[in-house]
Amino acid sequence: MTAARIWALHLALIAALFAAQYLLPPYHVTNLARIMVLAVFAMGYNLAFGYTGLLSLGHALFFAAGMYGGGLLSYHLGWTALPALIAGLAAGGMMAGAVGLLALRTTGVSFMIVTLMFAQAGYLTILYFGPTTGGDEGLNLPAAGRSLLGFSLSADGPRYLVALGLFSTALLCCLGIARSRLGRIMVAMRENEERSRMLGYNPFTVKLIALVLSGLFSGLAGAAYGVLFGYVGASFATIQYSILPMLYVLLGGAGTVIGPFLGALLMFYLIDFASGLTSAYLFFVGAALVTLVLFAPKGILGTIRERWLGWLP
Amino acid sequence: MKTAKTFQPSRRLILKAGAAGMLASAMPSFVGAQGAPIRIGFQLHRTGIGASYGRWYERTAQAALKLINEGGGINGRPVEILFEDDATDPKRGSEVVEKLTVQAGCDVVMGTLFSHVVIGSAPRAGELKVPYLVCSEGYHVASGMLNRWTMQPGITDVRSQISAMAPWVGANLGKKVTMIFPDFAFGHDHRDFFTKAMAAQGGEVIAQIAIPPTETSFTRYFPQIPADTEVLYHVMVGPAVLTFVKELGEFYGSGAKPQIFGFIDSLEAVDTATPGLEFLEGTHFWEGHNRVTPADAGEHEAAYRAAVGVDDMGASVSDAKDVSTYSHMFSTWETLFAIKAGMEAAGYTGPADRQKFVEAMEAMADLPYGMERPQGAKRFNGKTHQVFGTQNISQVQGGKLIRVHQTSMEDGAYEDAVDYTAMAF
Repeated sequence: MTAARIWALHLALIAALFAAQYLLPPYHVTNLARIMVLAVFAMGYNLAFGYTGLLSLGHALFFAAGMYGGGLLSYHLGWTALPALIAGLAAGGMMAGAVGLLALRTTGVSFMIVTLMFAQAGYLTILYFGPTTGGDEGLNLPAAGRSLLGFSLSADGPRYLVALGLFSTALLCCLGIARSRLGRIMVAMRENEERSRMLGYNPFTVKLIALVLSGLFSGLAGAAYGVLFGYVGASFATIQYSILPMLYVLLGGAGTVIGPFLGALLMFYLIDFASGLTSAYLFFVGAALVTLVLFAPKGILGTIRERWLGWLP
Repeated sequence: MKTAKTFQPSRRLILKAGAAGMLASAMPSFVGAQGAPIRIGFQLHRTGIGASYGRWYERTAQAALKLINEGGGINGRPVEILFEDDATDPKRGSEVVEKLTVQAGCDVVMGTLFSHVVIGSAPRAGELKVPYLVCSEGYHVASGMLNRWTMQPGITDVRSQISAMAPWVGANLGKKVTMIFPDFAFGHDHRDFFTKAMAAQGGEVIAQIAIPPTETSFTRYFPQIPADTEVLYHVMVGPAVLTFVKELGEFYGSGAKPQIFGFIDSLEAVDTATPGLEFLEGTHFWEGHNRVTPADAGEHEAAYRAAVGVDDMGASVSDAKDVSTYSHMFSTWETLFAIKAGMEAAGYTGPADRQKFVEAMEAMADLPYGMERPQGAKRFNGKTHQVFGTQNISQVQGGKLIRVHQTSMEDGAYEDAVDYTAMAF
């Protein structure tokens, strides 16, 4: 019964997003395409932070690895979108694996600082190789690089469907991981690493797997953002893009499958709405986070799960 | 007992009422079309690294808007500008182009200074097929990396500026140059184009010192300046510019120093009389538009300054400490007037005429000096979508920037790298 509810909820979300392209005004349809890609990024962050307890400040590196992993192949070698997306996925995963092998030797605040340091090094590397990467200015991807199976991703319809396809795949994968044995071990690591070790699980291996999965999601999101919106730039590797998925996850609910999407949706529109009112719109973001910490420290869906819907994954 | 009368309209009355209703429903849209404003979206650096520019760009654009509306608007229609903060971020910049075009229904969108925001936003403008008129300086419009919907009619690009400066620097300041520049694309444009331009003058760049963009202290870079440097060329942007210039002064102290030539970007919105900048006395700067009113300023200079609220020293008339980004902000003024000229030439009536507007802009060439172009006469290259104009070299004299040279338009010319008119819309 619970499983049926869970599947129904997630499939209903996908169905609602499919219907949204026909029901919403064009402005919001494009926004939703952006939000779905950012939600994939946040879902990746959630696997590391929400499920495994790895508080990273370096996820912009994985997002940028995917963006440049796919984007540079499109720009310089004329790859089309599908292989570019696969390359971005692989680049994000490999980058996370490489960073994880070193950073996971630390925990807590040290882990945050080491991941932040790696991300900053990645950002400066992009700038250093400016003639290839476009440096801080970035690159506009050519039309061929934004073509998927003959469809141009610069058109609103195909772009939305590709974003929805990636989001749906990521959501169902995330749900599958959360409900799997691996997902439960990840949560065990988050809750009590020492006890998990005593039960025979190797924390380093589990956390590395979680970080690589997180990197795969982040890399895919980065590559998708590049091919769907036509721009690859170093600003996506800055600290801001490590903080954003954290905010999405905290707002929506860490350790919930739909939470990252909800957080991305609300944060996107909070900024969009507030920036039309005042240049101090980050005040609204801050106020939302303070309110969250005071009244719903587990995020929106985390609180709902705690109080009313205990079956939410 | 009263008998209730039922209303039974005649056929003629129904026809009259129907006709009146149709007329009434048609009238508001007819009247509205006559008076409906032309909406110009403005992607503005209100926050982020470009905020000091954004504040003055908004004031300048508002002043130009007032003048345009007082003069009858565009094609007899009033004009309004919708400002939206892009946080000096390319991702948000692209979203802002979307918001202004799709949600707010703007006819055209103006882009602002920082290159990465322009480059990140241009693809979406192209997809939406909305004219995107930018006030940036990087060599990205004329290089051909953008699209047919993106144009820069209000300010010259860095390649043109440097090409125009180099001959004067080589002839007047020295032949052996050390460059200090930010280690990102804007700085690389300076490095590459100036090095090439100096070589063409028989000069030589003997050292290139790139400063990482995250740097907040610069003292450790200065010992890399070779002792035989004749000219020190500097250009910095961002919040650390004042620190950079002050530390450069501390490095040289009161001792001998090479000739110093900087781009005003290093001191934009900063008072040249700030304590600690005394060493700048006698040094030279490039300026797009002279911050201090030149003795031989054009006839429209005073009216322009009055309109944007800037005094003869380049500071706000209401606060002398609020120094403007005078060298760059004219670009928003001139871009607005270019939009007006383009729309009037195209007979622009609404978004369906956006393509005609771009074609009308591409057909522009000579843009004479006047209230529409207070910085100076311009020439728009329709093929490269880039405007060309004059440049100024100023010297710090008594703590003020005094113009000592003005280049010709030809000094900043270079060969076309693209023909946007051959591209599809």
